[in-house]
Amino acid sequence: MSEPIITFDKVNKWYGNNFHVLRDIDLKVARGERIVICGPSGSGKSTLIRCINRLEEHQQGRLLVDGVELADDVKAIDEVRKKVGMVFQQFNLFPHLTVLDNLTLSPMWVGKLPKKEAEEKAMQQLERVRIAEQASKYPLQLSGGQQQRVAIARALCLTPKIMLFDEPTSALDPEMIKEVLDVMIELAGQGITMVCVTHEMGFAKAVANRVIFMDQGQIVEQNNPHAFFKHPQNERSRDFLSKILGH
Amino acid sequence: MSAPTFQPIPPRPAPTNTEGLLAWLRSNLFGDWKTASSTIILGGLLLWFVPQFLNWSLVSAVWAPDLKACRAAEGFGACWGVVAEKNRLIIFGRYPFEQQWRPLVATLLMLAMLVASCMRPFWKPWLAGAWLAVLVIFFVLMYGNTLGLAKVETDRWGGLPLTILLSALSIVMAFPIALVVALGRRSDLPAIRAFCTIYVELIRGVPLISVLFMASFMFPLFMPQGLTIDVLIRVLVGITLFAAAYLAEVIRGGLQAIPKGQIEAAATLGLSYWQTQRKIVLPQALAMVVPSIVNSFISIFKDTSLVSIVSLYELTGALDMAINADANWKPFKLQGYLFIALIYFIFCFSMSRYSQWVEKQVNISKQR
Repeated sequence: MSEPIITFDKVNKWYGNNFHVLRDIDLKVARGERIVICGPSGSGKSTLIRCINRLEEHQQGRLLVDGVELADDVKAIDEVRKKVGMVFQQFNLFPHLTVLDNLTLSPMWVGKLPKKEAEEKAMQQLERVRIAEQASKYPLQLSGGQQQRVAIARALCLTPKIMLFDEPTSALDPEMIKEVLDVMIELAGQGITMVCVTHEMGFAKAVANRVIFMDQGQIVEQNNPHAFFKHPQNERSRDFLSKILGH
Repeated sequence: MSAPTFQPIPPRPAPTNTEGLLAWLRSNLFGDWKTASSTIILGGLLLWFVPQFLNWSLVSAVWAPDLKACRAAEGFGACWGVVAEKNRLIIFGRYPFEQQWRPLVATLLMLAMLVASCMRPFWKPWLAGAWLAVLVIFFVLMYGNTLGLAKVETDRWGGLPLTILLSALSIVMAFPIALVVALGRRSDLPAIRAFCTIYVELIRGVPLISVLFMASFMFPLFMPQGLTIDVLIRVLVGITLFAAAYLAEVIRGGLQAIPKGQIEAAATLGLSYWQTQRKIVLPQALAMVVPSIVNSFISIFKDTSLVSIVSLYELTGALDMAINADANWKPFKLQGYLFIALIYFIFCFSMSRYSQWVEKQVNISKQR
């Protein structure tokens, strides 16, 4: 097996002095691997993926992303952020910019691409998420599902090696979840490394190589989706699965 | 049996008319007995008051600078003659009488520049250069001492040109300072945060008059012998620092309303701190506080009238000086005040209308 693209080595994190949110996390993600993280709220799953692009900093242990160690070095952080795209629960599109400007912002200002090239690239990504016809609209003029697809396209404009998804469908109306999941499934087929926090078990079964179950800041269990859903080993994961699948 | 098909009900018009003049009158003026009676009472008061005011201010008013006629009309007609008599002194203050074309040209130029700066087609990089040129021309015209123009010391500048100069310059300089201070108060670096907080609290804690006093009388005491800074510049700096503190708080209010997710999204896209502020945070924050910003601008404009306490005679000070010096016209000071009130109102109302236009522009993205 080649060198993992993400390595957590005994990573610990606290909020304040007493809230131990990540406890001794050991995790290796292989290149092109697709991981789904699930677990009850407050289990630290969002914090875990937010450490990967340093939206949160860890206090103990080592965290390497594509060979770069994340510590206080600002250059390293910038370098990692260029390789990692992120999609948020609340989309976090920039409401004062059109869809196209949302996409070209970073390529033009960080990647120093000329405007025309950035726009061409952006249109390609918009086609990829099937929303090219909305390019000149403002985010708030779109539906939730459309906004989230724009957010995915925006992250893809950086041609990242890793995509992080932090509950991408949790804020969507039920009728719109599918259009976002379809785009994510398509993306999964294209070999990009994906780490998704989600409770969409159908999605996990369809695309994940590995499901990780977290509780109270720890990785409780990890397995391939088939085994995880059929025969959860840990009592805690069994309990969790029975609650979310139990009707 | 086949499944029932969905049958949409066709839309129907509302049962009572809600559009047009009659509907408007009904819902706004005569909705129930309370609104109807207040409409009648207020309408009656207007009918009683407006004709009297029009009679006083227009029909029976004396327009010519004729002191006798003014005295005769006292009590029932306004004496606009005082404005006709003193207008040059009110508008240009103590500026040498025969040279007053210079402040007139300088002010018109400055006003043209202000109006142009408000219009979108002129928002180009060269606008900054044009401003610099206009300021230089303004000072050359006003101060002279070159190009064959006689020298006019700044303490003789006055009236409307001084009001416009003080407010335009202090607004233009206060705004960037306020941006930096507002960002500084939210900085991660404790020293910067403390400095900005202390600045805002200190300046906000004192009245503008005392800032002007300090700029005008105390500051020179601390300067080395022989080195003096013109009182106009000291006062300008005073007003600027004062205005910047208030503006900074207004802007900080907007900054606080930006959700954290916006900044996180910018960070994940690799934007630097300044890029994030410039491209993401400030455009949204400023758009939210346009009304308060213009509010501050309007107060700066009117607060410049306080500089008369340090012997700079801007519009209000010039009026005082013009009328107090002449016992004959002193009884008609009210009309003089109404005249400059009209000037102030024209400027403030324009700013207010402009702010509404800006609000509409920045809210385009919020229309669904």
